[in-house]
Amino acid sequence: MPLKESKYSHADLVQKLDLRTKKKSFFGDKFFKGLVIGASLYTLLMVALVLFSLVDGSLPIFVKEGFNFVIGTNWNAVEGRESFGALPYIVGTLVSSAIAMAIAVPISIGIAIFINEMIPKKMSIVLAFVVELLAAVPSIVYGLWALFVFRFWIRDFVEEPLHNSLGHVIPSFAKAPFGLDVFTAGIVLAIMIIPIITAVSREVIKAIPHSQKEAAYALGATRWEMVKAAILPPAKTGLMGASFLGLGRAIGETMLITLVIGNAIGLAAIPTSLFSQSQTLSSIIANEFNEAANDLHLSALIGLGLVLFIITIFINIMAIFIISRVSKSYSNLRE
Amino acid sequence: MSKHDSNKRKNYKSIIQDTISKNASRRKTKNNLITVLLFCFVVIAIIPLGSILIEIIKNGVGALSFEFLFEAPGSIGSGGGGIGPAIQGTLLVVAFATLIGAPVGVLAGVYLSEYSDSSRTFAYVLRLFNDVLTGIPSIVIGITGYITLVLTLGSFSILAGAFVLSIIMIPIIARVSEETLKLVPNNLREAAYGLGLPKWKVIYHVVIKGSKSGILTGIVLAISRITGETAPLIMTILGTSLFFSGFNSPVDALPLRIWRLASQPYPSAHEQGWGAALLLILIVLSLSIILRMFAQQRRITFKSTT
Amino acid sequence: MVNLKNCTILGVSILALSLLIPVYTNSVNAQVTINGAGATFPFPLIDTWRVEYKNVNPDVNINYASIGSGGGIKQFIEKTVDFGATDAPLSASEFEKAGNAVHIPETIGSVVLAYNLPEVTTPLKLTGPVIADIFMGKITKWDDTKIKEINPGVTLPSEDIISVHRSDGSGTSFVFTDYLSKVSPEWHDSIGVGKSVQWPSGIGAPGNEGVAASIQGSPYSIGYVELAYALTTQMTYASIQNKEGNFIAPSFNSTMDAVSSAAGTLPEGSQSWTNVTLTDSSGPNSYPISSLTYLLLYKDLSTNPSVDEQKARSLVDFVEWAITDGQQFSESLGYVPLPQSVVDINEQTLKSLTFKGTPILSNSTS
Repeated sequence: MPLKESKYSHADLVQKLDLRTKKKSFFGDKFFKGLVIGASLYTLLMVALVLFSLVDGSLPIFVKEGFNFVIGTNWNAVEGRESFGALPYIVGTLVSSAIAMAIAVPISIGIAIFINEMIPKKMSIVLAFVVELLAAVPSIVYGLWALFVFRFWIRDFVEEPLHNSLGHVIPSFAKAPFGLDVFTAGIVLAIMIIPIITAVSREVIKAIPHSQKEAAYALGATRWEMVKAAILPPAKTGLMGASFLGLGRAIGETMLITLVIGNAIGLAAIPTSLFSQSQTLSSIIANEFNEAANDLHLSALIGLGLVLFIITIFINIMAIFIISRVSKSYSNLRE
Repeated sequence: MSKHDSNKRKNYKSIIQDTISKNASRRKTKNNLITVLLFCFVVIAIIPLGSILIEIIKNGVGALSFEFLFEAPGSIGSGGGGIGPAIQGTLLVVAFATLIGAPVGVLAGVYLSEYSDSSRTFAYVLRLFNDVLTGIPSIVIGITGYITLVLTLGSFSILAGAFVLSIIMIPIIARVSEETLKLVPNNLREAAYGLGLPKWKVIYHVVIKGSKSGILTGIVLAISRITGETAPLIMTILGTSLFFSGFNSPVDALPLRIWRLASQPYPSAHEQGWGAALLLILIVLSLSIILRMFAQQRRITFKSTT
Repeated sequence: MVNLKNCTILGVSILALSLLIPVYTNSVNAQVTINGAGATFPFPLIDTWRVEYKNVNPDVNINYASIGSGGGIKQFIEKTVDFGATDAPLSASEFEKAGNAVHIPETIGSVVLAYNLPEVTTPLKLTGPVIADIFMGKITKWDDTKIKEINPGVTLPSEDIISVHRSDGSGTSFVFTDYLSKVSPEWHDSIGVGKSVQWPSGIGAPGNEGVAASIQGSPYSIGYVELAYALTTQMTYASIQNKEGNFIAPSFNSTMDAVSSAAGTLPEGSQSWTNVTLTDSSGPNSYPISSLTYLLLYKDLSTNPSVDEQKARSLVDFVEWAITDGQQFSESLGYVPLPQSVVDINEQTLKSLTFKGTPILSNSTS
């Protein structure tokens, strides 16, 4: 809640204090500032190190395959027949994440609205905590559960009925389901990112000025009508940013995917139906990294890491950009 | 009242008039239906948590024993021995990662909150890189750890594991620290400067100490995030059946042990895998509860300072 | 009240306690730890050795990570481990890169075609070309005429075949594809031999257990796993036609027959083993998909800078124990013990090992 404001802004104050320290020039100050800047530089260095190791490590594969590495569909590590292309895994990553987003975004936003606006505060604290716990479950545990328990639910209660009733009409359901496929992977990913999107969405909704909601209620709106009129329109951008954050997480997820996506290789990894086996950029790295004795193979895997790096950075920067615009739109509302 | 607001009101008016003209009970029904639908969403999200907990307790609780917690694994499939090295390894790797990640993260947060005005471009770049670092998939960071530490040091080691996990921690801690430090009211800083304290003492004694529960929240959040990491550890600490035996040999960790146990054909190994998962979940969930406590406490501290 | 100091104290004490665990279980003396990594197939056997060898020499800790054969070779060449283990011999380029590696066969395995056909109770018979066609996606139904022909009298369901293969690079895949390349020219030309190959169809599952679990969890599937895994998980598996035309079920005896018929052709430990293969071997009762699995050491153990003289001696002692006394644990775990002819080759190899030029075994006081 609002803190008592000093008559100086934060920035003013810091600047003034800088002048002070310059005059007195304490050794401690210099040392501390050095420490703080050192830590900041270290952070920058880590990003540079990650980027450098990826670029350096993937150089051989780009030298050999050029841009074909990104659009190629072969993945052959057999000695003498080496040929590596990332496209199937890029597609696999995008398809599994798209399925996850299609499920997770509406559910997460729904939950955020439900917790923030539809129920009494005491209940909402409990529910919010439960959703937080979901976020705390390590992905290897999700993987264990998905492999031994959840995939059979999906196969028997979702995939089989869809396949039997619609399989001959809609090609997406045509393949005989097995439970380890891009569809299952998408659903488990959705379960994993729901708490993340929910948490950020709740913050976004919480930040909407109360006056908006009160105005809607004053006009006699029901809860849902208030949400529709006073919350969703201003929160739209923020909710999009929240979704992008979830997407970034989904794209990088590894162990879970490795256990449930079916791990197809090369051209076979491009899903032709919802129930196709596939492979993502991160899962193939996890599957093959420790096994790649061949230099070119290793370089190709690091190359996949680079592609993954670029995709996630792109998505995260989009998310950052969207979220930074949100605060502006709220200040418009407050005027 | 500005023009903007009156426009808004017109907007609501039309919406509300529109709906009032319809049957009021239909509006109520719609409201209730949607409430039920949203409630279903919550249930859908919670079912997996419930199922995971049930399965883990059902399958894992039988494995728990004194021997299971403190001894090295027996030969595979015998069902004997325990996951002592994995527990020890997780504690050590996480502790060393925190030893690197927490100071760096907190200090970077201090820069962003207290020094960012001395160079806005640098602060902007730092914030951006920090966000970038948060978004890098852990497996990619694992590759970096393998190339830079495992290959150059010549062995899988706790250091490589801790280094990799610290990279995951830093941006989380930096972000949370920056946000909590900024919450410290400026008049507290002014009061401290008024007493003639140098800047670093003001920052250390007033700003950092004043928001330590917030900073701890960030650290615990980061710890709970890295405790379950698996992919980067496969590439850096490798896993072993032995207790910690030096800084240049492989160590074990709970997530790795779960991964290995789950891929054996013996039912006794599966049971131990579920037992290890139970333990991991207990650790991570209790960290979440600690987080809650911090969050509660933070609310109280700031109330008392204003 | 949560206090920064209390938290630090708590953290430090947890850390100290966790370091104390090994003291409590009294395992920190002047001890030697030997790190190995590699094939998942011999893991249960090596893991038993780890525990049993403690009774032989309590000061030596064996540490083996089953990360797959490809991983074992890579870590061995990178010298991040003291020994590697692999189901596939080093390829020509790997052998060259490693410098002076020696192969020490430590046990024998065979690859089993396990399937899940709920309606079929009679054991299935398969031939090499049919298996190749199934894994290439050319035979897609269980009641395909090619399968029917070799299984007269068995009613096969008209269901899609789900083929399951290893998703991680694996020596098991190497042995399996090696066999398929020998019996199917088309497989040889289009896919080839490797620890990870480009599978044209089917499901990839991690590890033997991943494959086993996938087969058990899905009716109408077929996949390949090691014999030991098939035995412990009680899966149904197919008899396979060998070079002489007989359908042979995988077993200890049929695998041993395959080894003994090939034993005379094995090279010395320090030579290249690239072309050594037991698949599709002759002999009327030989099971056609069997293979040796190897430990990898450097001929001069000082090649790996993290190995000192004491460690080198412990390592060689351990390996010598493993290929002789250690073999007694094989059968109960589902492994085929080494025949004497192979043990003899290994003994020769171990005698030739050196540390900084000095032979290790003749030097040892034992």
